[in-house]
This record gives sequence, C-alpha cells and structure tokens, in this order.
Amino acid sequence: MSDIQTLPLAKAINAGLRQAMLDDPKVLLMGEDIGPLGGVFRVTEGLQAEFGAKRVIDTPLAEAGIIGSAIGLAMRGYRPVCEIQFDGFIFPGFNQITTQLAKLTNRHEGQIQMPVVIRVPYGGHIGAVEHHQESPEALFAHTAGLRLVSPSTPNDAYWMIQEAIASNDPVMFFEPKGRYWPKGPVDFSASSAPLHSTRVVREGTEVTLLGHGAMLSVLLEAADIAADEGTSIEVIDLRSISPIDYGPILASVQKTGRLVVAQEAPGFVSVGSEIAATVTERAFYSLEAPVLRVTGFDTPFPPAKLETIYLPDADRVLEAVDRALAY
Amino acid sequence: MSYTEATIQLLNPEGSLVTSDASAEYLPYIDALSDEQLREFHRQMVVVRRFDEEAANLQKQGQMGLWVPSIGQEGAQVGSGFAARAQDHIFPAYREHAVARIRGVDVLDIVKLLRGTTHGGWNPAEHGNFHLYTLVIAAHTLHATGYAMGIALDGKSGTGNLDADEAVIVYFGDGATSQGDASESLVFAASFQTPQVFLLQNNHWAISVPVSTQSRTPLYLRPSGFGIPGVQIDGNDVLASYAVTRKNLDDARAGAGPRYIEALTYRIGAHTSSDDPTKYRKDSELDYWRQRDPIPRFEAFLRSRGEGDAFFEEVRVEAEDHAADIRRRTFEIQDPGTSLIFDHVYSEPHPLVVEQKAWLAAYESALDENGAQA
Ligand SMILES: Cc1ncc(C[n+]2csc(CCOP(=O)(O)OP(=O)(O)O)c2C)c(N)n1
Ligand SMILES: [Mg+2]
Repeated sequence: MSDIQTLPLAKAINAGLRQAMLDDPKVLLMGEDIGPLGGVFRVTEGLQAEFGAKRVIDTPLAEAGIIGSAIGLAMRGYRPVCEIQFDGFIFPGFNQITTQLAKLTNRHEGQIQMPVVIRVPYGGHIGAVEHHQESPEALFAHTAGLRLVSPSTPNDAYWMIQEAIASNDPVMFFEPKGRYWPKGPVDFSASSAPLHSTRVVREGTEVTLLGHGAMLSVLLEAADIAADEGTSIEVIDLRSISPIDYGPILASVQKTGRLVVAQEAPGFVSVGSEIAATVTERAFYSLEAPVLRVTGFDTPFPPAKLETIYLPDADRVLEAVDRALAY
Repeated sequence: MSYTEATIQLLNPEGSLVTSDASAEYLPYIDALSDEQLREFHRQMVVVRRFDEEAANLQKQGQMGLWVPSIGQEGAQVGSGFAARAQDHIFPAYREHAVARIRGVDVLDIVKLLRGTTHGGWNPAEHGNFHLYTLVIAAHTLHATGYAMGIALDGKSGTGNLDADEAVIVYFGDGATSQGDASESLVFAASFQTPQVFLLQNNHWAISVPVSTQSRTPLYLRPSGFGIPGVQIDGNDVLASYAVTRKNLDDARAGAGPRYIEALTYRIGAHTSSDDPTKYRKDSELDYWRQRDPIPRFEAFLRSRGEGDAFFEEVRVEAEDHAADIRRRTFEIQDPGTSLIFDHVYSEPHPLVVEQKAWLAAYESALDENGAQA
C-alpha cells in the first residue's frame, strides 16, 4: 500500500530524521540552533520538542567540537547526525572529519565503525553573503573513508537520510539548500533505490546530462528547451558521489555517445573531472565527443549579485550540449 | 547571565554616576573628556541606531539580502570605539557598525556587503585601520593576535609613547568564545604578550543558543586560565565601555600584555533579518534589557549635566538626515561588473582564471548578439 504525500525537501529530511529517531534510540541530532529554532532552515523543526534536548542537542558554537564529540559518541555506540549550519562553516571541523572521522575505522583495522552522518546545506541560489553558497563536496569526496551523497528530490531526501543514518560508515549528506522549499511527492511506503545508486530521470538519445543536487532542476529545464529544439536529452541524477555508481552512466553514454557533466562547484580537481576521466577510460569507443564539464568558475563564490553569472544555468548547459553535438 | 558583583558600571540605568572602587579607578578617564567628546558619544549612538533602523527597512524592501542589526549594543561599541587611538587596529566580527562609523567607514559600504555587491567593502588602511568583517566565527581573533605580534616585533608598542605606540582591539561574540580559534588566539596572545584587547560583546545569544550553552562561568573569567587578565563591564554603559577599554588598551600598548573585556549587553533585535527570535527567547528578558538601553541612560546623564533640548533635537535631525542619505544612496548602488568574479582571486595572473574570464566575456557577448537577433 503506498502512502504518498507532497512535501518540500526540507520537510522530507525532517520526516526522515524523525523516522530514523523512532526506529533507533541511538540516533542523536547535534548542531548549532537545531533545537527550539529548528535549524536556520527549519530542517529539525519540532524534533527537540518530540525527542527532548538529550537527543536533539543544541551544541556550543564549534564545528570541531560537534564533529569531534560525535566521533566519541559513535565510539560509545550512538549514531550522531551532525548539522553544519552552512557549507562554508564546515571548515573548523575539517580536521576532525578528514584526519579522524574518515580514518578511525581504518586505524582500528575494522574493529570499530563510525556511523556518523554530517548534514551540509550547500550550494547557491539563495542570494546569501560570503561562505553561505558554496559547494565543497569535492574536498570530502577526495577523502578516503567518507561516503558522500546528495539528494535532489524530496522523495530521495526522505529515504537517503535514513539510509545514510543506517550506514556504518561516515556519510557526508549534502543538502541542496536552493531546493529546500519546492515540493515533490514522497512515497513513505518504500525506498525507490539503494543509497549509492545513480538514476536516469529522463530518457533521451542524443546527449547525456549528468549532475547532482540543485543542478538537476537546471538539467531538466535544459532538456525541455532542447526537446523544443528537436534534441533528445537523457538526464541522470548522480545521487551518490562517493562511491559513484557508473553502471547507469556508462549505459547512457553507450547509447548517446555524448556526456555533459554539470555542477555548481568549481571545475578544477572536481567531481565532474573525476567522472570525465573515468567515462573516458571506460567508454572511450562509445564517445562521439569529449566529456564536457559545465561548472562554477575557479574563483571564490562571488557576491550574491553575481551568483546567477557564476552558477551554471540552462543556457550554459545548452551551450555545452551544442559543442558536444558539433563534434 | 547578567550583571555580577564584578560588573564595572560607571553610569547606572537611571543615568547617574556610580560610586565604587571601580568607578574611583575609571572615572578619571571620563573626567578627562571634554563636553564635546561626551556629546559625540551620544551623537554616534543615536545616529548609528537610526542607520540600523533604516537599513532594516531597506532590507525589508528588498534592497539587501540580509541585515545584521546592532541595536542595543551601541554603548559597548561607541565607548570602546572611541577608546581606540588613531594608530590602533580594529578587527571586527560583523555587527560592529558603530565602531566602523567611528573609524571613518562609510556605513553604506556595510549596506553594499549585505546587498551582495562586494565581499569586502572598504580599505582598512584608508578607514581608520578598521579591518573587514569576518563571517566565519572567531577566525579573525587569530588575525588580530598575529597583527599584534607584528606590532610587537616591529617595536611599535611598549616605547612609552601613548600617542605613537600601537595596539589592537578584536571584537567577538559570546558564541565565538566556543570556537577553537578563539582559544588559540588567547594562547598565542599570552605566549607572545601581544599589545591587544579582546573585546567580547556578550549579547547573551548566538542566534538561538543562550550564552549558558557556551559557558557555565562568566566569560570574563575564562582568559585568566590563559594568563590574561579579564574584566566584566556593563556594556550598555558607554562610559564604562570607554574608560575600561581606554585603560586596558593603553596598558596593552605600553607592553603589559593582552587584556580581555567582557561587555555585558543585549541583542535587542533579531540575529539577522532572517531570524525569528520569538521562537527561542522570552519577552520578559527583552523587557529587562530594554530598560537598560544605553541611549536613554546616557541622555539622562547629559541632561543632568545641563545639556538642553536643542542638542538632542540637533542629533535627532542629524540621524534623520543620515538615514535619508543612506536610503538615497542605497538606491544608487550599481551592480558589480562580472569581472569582479575574476579580478582579485590572485595578485598575479593565473592562467585558469584568465581563461575563464575571457570565456565568460565571449559567451556573454554571443548571448547578447543572439538576443539582438531574436
Ligand atoms: C564557523 C561558523 N559557524 C557557524 C556560523 C553561523 N553563525 C553566524 S552568526 C552565529 C552566532 C554567533 O554568535 P555570537 O558569536 O554570540 O555573535 P552575535 O551574532 O551574537 O553578535 C552563527 C552560529 C558562522 N558564521 N561561522
Ligand atoms: Mg552573541
């Protein structure tokens, strides 16, 4: 029996967190302003009232403290879910994430596990000040020992947060904050796909567009425009960045022969670069054109008045589609 | 956490001078001020509050993405801001609009920052050594300490010349005290005996988190564990803020080592325009602090010294004019050109950035041509 409701992505994560807390008393939430305020994006709204201040913990203002103490709690058998307030504020905790969280299972040669989830609202489209619109996922994807996922729809958000919490490895959970408020259907009866799977969200034949998080809505818009102009585009939602599920990507490229990877993050040493290299290695003879990347520029995220120039939009994606088709 | 036995107050909430050991120590600094300087304290507090109200209106009307109000904290800021000497360096957090104004920053530049036309706003070297706002909590506390280390290395402190020796003030909040950077800055400051004052504005909240989550002891006690003397002042008493900062800054500049001041104050407004404080704090607390507003208290003090209506009316008009000027100039702010994205990423040309800047220019002109054809 299916139970479908229409929710914004932020509320879907809230529902997923709530379900995880109901299912497992060891699940704890910790972060800045997540209690009575419900987080600056209201993702944890109502959860402290329901589960109490011992399970929904307003921490002191210290990201190293949040991550480091979550590690200790995980050693003690808890499953902490840490909220980082904004992408750009994760860095005081970077040391704990990369030198400790990511490596403790390895250092213990598998004798302990680190079931810690770090929720990171990321990306642009909200017109905010410095450090509030960044996409630092590559830094974490580059770090062995961390898993990294990013949902683009409310349904995925609801299920993926629960699957991330169930994982015995640390999971970086990147939430596309520009997509927090648009609503979409959430099917509460069953998960539609495993956590680390990539999904074709629109079928097409001539060019494959691939992206994650808030990029997806841009890619779908580009595919619509292209369809009006007679070009058939396949769109893939990456969903999982570490590991990457290459099966659907390679299958799509074998069909279309052209791949454009889009992301908000800068292009240099990025997720898109990694995918371009791997697809070139594994599907070289299927490619009709080089894998092209459409990315944020290799600059700091600019002041908000310039964000629409910085962030790839449908036009920039279509410009790359045209280039791919021209080969 | 409110006033304690240790809180230094020179002016009580009714606006009368307080007699105590502390006031005996600090009142001479006030006695040394001219009537015009005292009037200036009032003028700055009133004008900056009116600016703040206008900025909040402009934000509501869509002129800024965000506004960060400083209402309620004018006493702590104006007193300490005037305590700094011309040669001093100020490292603010992001709410120190009054200090910015005192140091010669055009506060329209703060509007620009929050409007999203710049990440910076002003050149510290040309604006009273008032450094840029830093949004990553507490990161700048270490910059302040390093700057003060540099002053000491240069031999520009501790010579005994108060008019030439340099010192640093760093502003930060109660929430910031929890960051590792804040503690590390105390460690470095103590190790290297920097000419520096740590000025904590304890406004009782870090967004929705009360100061009791950051510290179970009054925060002015924390630096003593690092070997740095700390004092607590009534931050809504502009005279205490001035005198205590003046003394501590001059001690630091003279080579006595770093000092720490906890100014007890209150964030009367929301954390920012995006915040809703009704979700987490009580009206009774707000009322308590409204009664301790720094501005009426100081006005009562000036009146008790014989200041008449004419002056207060003059300041009111000046504040209105300032607000009108900010409003008019806000509407004139130009959007930045796209080259701002690329122009200052490195100080020497970087091939990738050069290439992307050229690509964007070509792409945009192609779009324009296509647009023209359509
Ligand atoms: C490293 C970091 N983490 C989180 C934030 C988000 N944030 C912005 S202001 C703030 C509260 C700061 O409180 P406090 O230091 O008391 O200063 P106040 O805002 O009260 O002036 C938080 C958590 C940030 N800016 N930087
Ligand atoms: Mg505060």
